[in-house]
Amino acid sequence: MDIQRDTLVEMLRLLYTIRAFEHKARQLYEENRLAGNFLGALHSYEGEEAVAVGACVDLRKDDRILSTHRGHGHCIAKGADVKLMMAELLGKETGISKGRGGSMHMFSPELGLLGGNGIMGAGLPLALGSAFTAQYRGTDQVTVCFFGDGSSCQGTFHESLNLASLWKLPVIYICENNQYAVTTPVAESFPVPNIADRAAGYGCPGVVVDGNDVLAVYEAVGEAVGRARAGNGPTLIECKTYRYQPHCMVIPDRRDTAEMEEWQERDPIPRFEQYLLDQHITSEAEQMQLRQQVNEAIEAAAAFAQVSSLPDPDTVAEYLWA
Amino acid sequence: MKEVTYARALQEALTEEMERDEAVFLIGEDIVNLGGVSGALKGLAARFGAQRVRQTPLSEAAFVGLSVGAAITGLRPVAEIMYVDFVTVCLDQIINQAAKLRYMSGGQLTIPLVIRSQGGGGTSEAAQHSQSLEAWFAHTPGLKVVMPATAADAKGLLKSAIRDDNPVIFLEHKLLYATKGEIPEEEYVIPLGQAEVKRPGEDITVVATSLMVHKALAAAESLADEVSVEVVDPRTLVPLDMNCIKASVQKTGRLLVVQEACTRGGFGSDIVRRVTEECFASLVTAPQVLGGANLPMPFSRPLETACIPREETITAAIRSLVS
Ligand SMILES: Cc1ncc(C[n+]2csc(CCOP(=O)(O)OP(=O)(O)O)c2C)c(N)n1
Ligand SMILES: [Mg+2]
Repeated sequence: MDIQRDTLVEMLRLLYTIRAFEHKARQLYEENRLAGNFLGALHSYEGEEAVAVGACVDLRKDDRILSTHRGHGHCIAKGADVKLMMAELLGKETGISKGRGGSMHMFSPELGLLGGNGIMGAGLPLALGSAFTAQYRGTDQVTVCFFGDGSSCQGTFHESLNLASLWKLPVIYICENNQYAVTTPVAESFPVPNIADRAAGYGCPGVVVDGNDVLAVYEAVGEAVGRARAGNGPTLIECKTYRYQPHCMVIPDRRDTAEMEEWQERDPIPRFEQYLLDQHITSEAEQMQLRQQVNEAIEAAAAFAQVSSLPDPDTVAEYLWA
Repeated sequence: MKEVTYARALQEALTEEMERDEAVFLIGEDIVNLGGVSGALKGLAARFGAQRVRQTPLSEAAFVGLSVGAAITGLRPVAEIMYVDFVTVCLDQIINQAAKLRYMSGGQLTIPLVIRSQGGGGTSEAAQHSQSLEAWFAHTPGLKVVMPATAADAKGLLKSAIRDDNPVIFLEHKLLYATKGEIPEEEYVIPLGQAEVKRPGEDITVVATSLMVHKALAAAESLADEVSVEVVDPRTLVPLDMNCIKASVQKTGRLLVVQEACTRGGFGSDIVRRVTEECFASLVTAPQVLGGANLPMPFSRPLETACIPREETITAAIRSLVS
């Protein structure tokens, strides 16, 4: 694979940023919760960062994505400003959705970020529409739609894959198989080893990827994007990965510790750092410096969020109608 | 003026708006091969091509979701759900997506979407093909709800719905498609949120929607020697033209709301609530809702007839209110 050094460094920066963002977000939530201010559900993307980064780093600004309830990583990878995201988490007027959406609903259409979703499987048909618009207008924009292993069991999965393939819509469906839907393991969700195998039933390619290998994701998505831009229709990509935190902050985690440790050994960040060292692309010192810069940016984002104002209750009815 | 059917009026609206704006496209089941089950889309595929008249597989969640996704990315979809009863399989796309995305995005997304469908009973199609579900939509903030009763309203309101930048649920009645009415020769639109007094009167206000407008007008006519009935058609439930309704009630002092939908939890209750709250002093007697039975629509004709307001039951309700 021939990837520009800048792209590789950007991948590392994004991986660091997502991880640091999630750490800080958890800390802010916990502080708020202890102060009696419950901020709703927070779904951590920690452990799954390579999927969003590998998938989005090479997208164009005018390509679009549909995110999920576990969407901070997607937003960051698509170029969202962590300040605005952090402010959104705290329900501030300066938030990326003006405090009307919260953690699960971050939007920025000018970045091609069409939002997370609180309804499992709801993004798949919305992505059809975004891809349809590109096809209708004759542009070569693509749409990437993320969803989970649990959400792949929704009826919208079937309808959307079928229609996308039938109409050759420029969409890439990326299933983030993190092995669980809340507490339900994949083995209790479907009787086949791979979600990607279902693609055969829709007449489109299905690919299984190591979702903890950012370069593997990058390569698979790159190929799918090429197909979509060329008018050859959708691809279903299943990224096998793992979340480190409980489903969301309030749900007790009863996963096997041996299983968790095994996945942590395959953590996408040290793996990629090692790759960059081995290939003499970045030095340890450069990596350390980058990490430092990212941490500073995240601290600045948290500070921005904290000093920002809450929305004025008089504006509660704004933004309902166009 | 010219006389056209309600179906033809809809088709004219679609044709004109598709000609006016290349972002408008149609999507739904059997809309190319059949022109939709109502026939309102006949000939449009031949005129505008398969790119703009998109016949889908049997997948409402997919094509309604596609429509929402297309709307937020700049197109103006007009989706057709064969029967309003089938919204249950794509309700998420309407209620949680179309109605919510603008608000949740802090006003960043715009959703110029029309979802057309047909409701109502009277055709012996039983309980899964006969419902009037407008209250479900009117209850959800973020959706506009339109219910045209005449050919002229169907055309003028559909044109406005297509030009509106918000999601609009456009509810036709299956027994109205073949009915004829006068429409202007020249182009016109009817703004959403403007009721119409379909028959002026002095003694009682009858607010009726969709097919019930015609039944109320027939009842008013049959009572013409006894009582002067004013028939008001709100035409759009959201936004609702309360000023027109209030002005009528302030004049007559009496209110009967007639709806085909099940009475319980229906939109008529909300009109009565608003009138009671906003012009109680004008009322000389308690307002009333005459609605459909709180039952699944039965198949057999005499049972079905018993579930829907009809001219005689409206006449009786008017008499009891003015006595
Ligand atoms: C339609 C629907 N059903 C249930 C839920 C509650 N819920 C939220 S997240 C979730 C699990 C989703 O699992 P998966 O798709 O694998 O995503 P993950 O959380 O693992 O990233 C469930 C059941 C929901 N939000 N929407
Ligand atoms: Mg999962």
